[in-house]
Amino acid sequence: MKKLFILLFSFLTISVHAEAAAEGGEFRPGDLIMHHIADDYSWHFADGVTLYLPVILIDNGTPQVFSSSNFYDENHALVPYNGYVLNHGHIYRADANGQPAADQSSLLDFSITKNVASLFASVILLFAVFLTIAGSYKKNRGKAPSGIQSFFEPIIIFVRDEIAKGNIGPKYERYMPYLLTIFFFIWFNNLLGLMPGGANLTGNIAVTLVLATLTLLITVFSGNKSYWGHIFATPGVPKWLSPIMIPVELIGILTKPFSLMVRLFANITAGHIIILSLFSLIFIFQSVAVAPISVAFAIFMFFLELLVALLQAYIFTLLSAMYFGGAVEEHDHVGDHGHGDGAH
Amino acid sequence: MELVTPGIGLIFWQTLTFIVVLFLLSKFAWKPIMGALREREVSIESALAAAEKAKLEMQGLKAENEKLLAEARMERDRILKEASDAANMLVETAKQKANEEGGRMIAQARESIENEKRAAITEVKNMAAALSVDIAERILRKELSNPQAQHELAKDYINEVTLN
Repeated sequence: MKKLFILLFSFLTISVHAEAAAEGGEFRPGDLIMHHIADDYSWHFADGVTLYLPVILIDNGTPQVFSSSNFYDENHALVPYNGYVLNHGHIYRADANGQPAADQSSLLDFSITKNVASLFASVILLFAVFLTIAGSYKKNRGKAPSGIQSFFEPIIIFVRDEIAKGNIGPKYERYMPYLLTIFFFIWFNNLLGLMPGGANLTGNIAVTLVLATLTLLITVFSGNKSYWGHIFATPGVPKWLSPIMIPVELIGILTKPFSLMVRLFANITAGHIIILSLFSLIFIFQSVAVAPISVAFAIFMFFLELLVALLQAYIFTLLSAMYFGGAVEEHDHVGDHGHGDGAH
Repeated sequence: MELVTPGIGLIFWQTLTFIVVLFLLSKFAWKPIMGALREREVSIESALAAAEKAKLEMQGLKAENEKLLAEARMERDRILKEASDAANMLVETAKQKANEEGGRMIAQARESIENEKRAAITEVKNMAAALSVDIAERILRKELSNPQAQHELAKDYINEVTLN
């Protein structure tokens, strides 16, 4: 296991080295790190092993599909293609000089980027794992779990009993598919992001934005009378305060998923930045002597990241469950808050 | 800024993919898995409940058996006691009857002895009287064989009559 990690790190190091060489001249760790955690139109696995992904553009309603390899010439230099140009990781309409044109309106980029490709890969993995497990459940009906099933069963039961039942209450069952899906989706993608050459999918704000928005939508649509009652007429608060209370409560609805979005994005991105920074130290000092220290710290960080990968999946799922729980909770003593008559 | 600017492409693909994943996994993975888990839990729970019930039943049976045994023992004791009472009573009645019978027989015997005695005495008396008469006759016959004696006797009688 340890050997495997060292091997993985050596790949990562080679990749970093290649990057440093490609820059030519001064080593800029900031650019390197940003390049690694940002999205890309090609998937660079290792030096010389690059997968060029398809570019899909909607230009004024007309779809344009071509390979991202068209943006590179034989010397791996960027060139404009078909009236578009790749500049600083984004595709723009090109002007006559091959520079981004001034008018970029109605150009939508739906390309299968590195993150999208990684997303598809993770989805295939999710299907492979959980359809296999579902199959084992059908096969081993009423028997003890076996193989991969016995690894995931305690986790599924943990999500059900500790996350869903504990925070949502008796109506937990209808939220189980969503909670299990986000838990395993985030966990798997966090782990895939830690693989050498892996994409930083869960550290991308667009992904966490979508996940947080789904949690928000489910919360809002499952909110019962008592949930909305607490927002528009908070019990125990005088009526004349409602011009302040209602906006505050409405902002509160949005800040919860916003915190989910930022927490996952920041944690995963920060982990990637720390590991990459530790490796960059070797090139900043331009000394092999720094390497053992960097690698030691990076290995420590990597183990921490493995924990964070699970922890962030857990926290995202737990908080989602708590928000759902708050939305479906029944207050059988509405109107009794703050009156102090104790008639519970 | 680049990092915190969500791209429309990734938002689109993420939304589409996640919803498809959510739908397919719910239908083909979570539903059978949760169902199987629940089914297994229910079966384990019911097996445990059945075991508990069986245990209670066993305890009930045992208690009932003990109760039955105790009842049987009591019944046996009662029957034995009744039997011994009956036997005692039988012996007692038999004894009493025997005593009574004995007493009655003794009384009868005594009565019959008395009767026999009385009859014997009467017979003895009669025999004595007959003997006396016979003896007296024989004496008289011998005495009165001479006229003298007859005379004297007549005289005596007369004397006696006079005296009376």
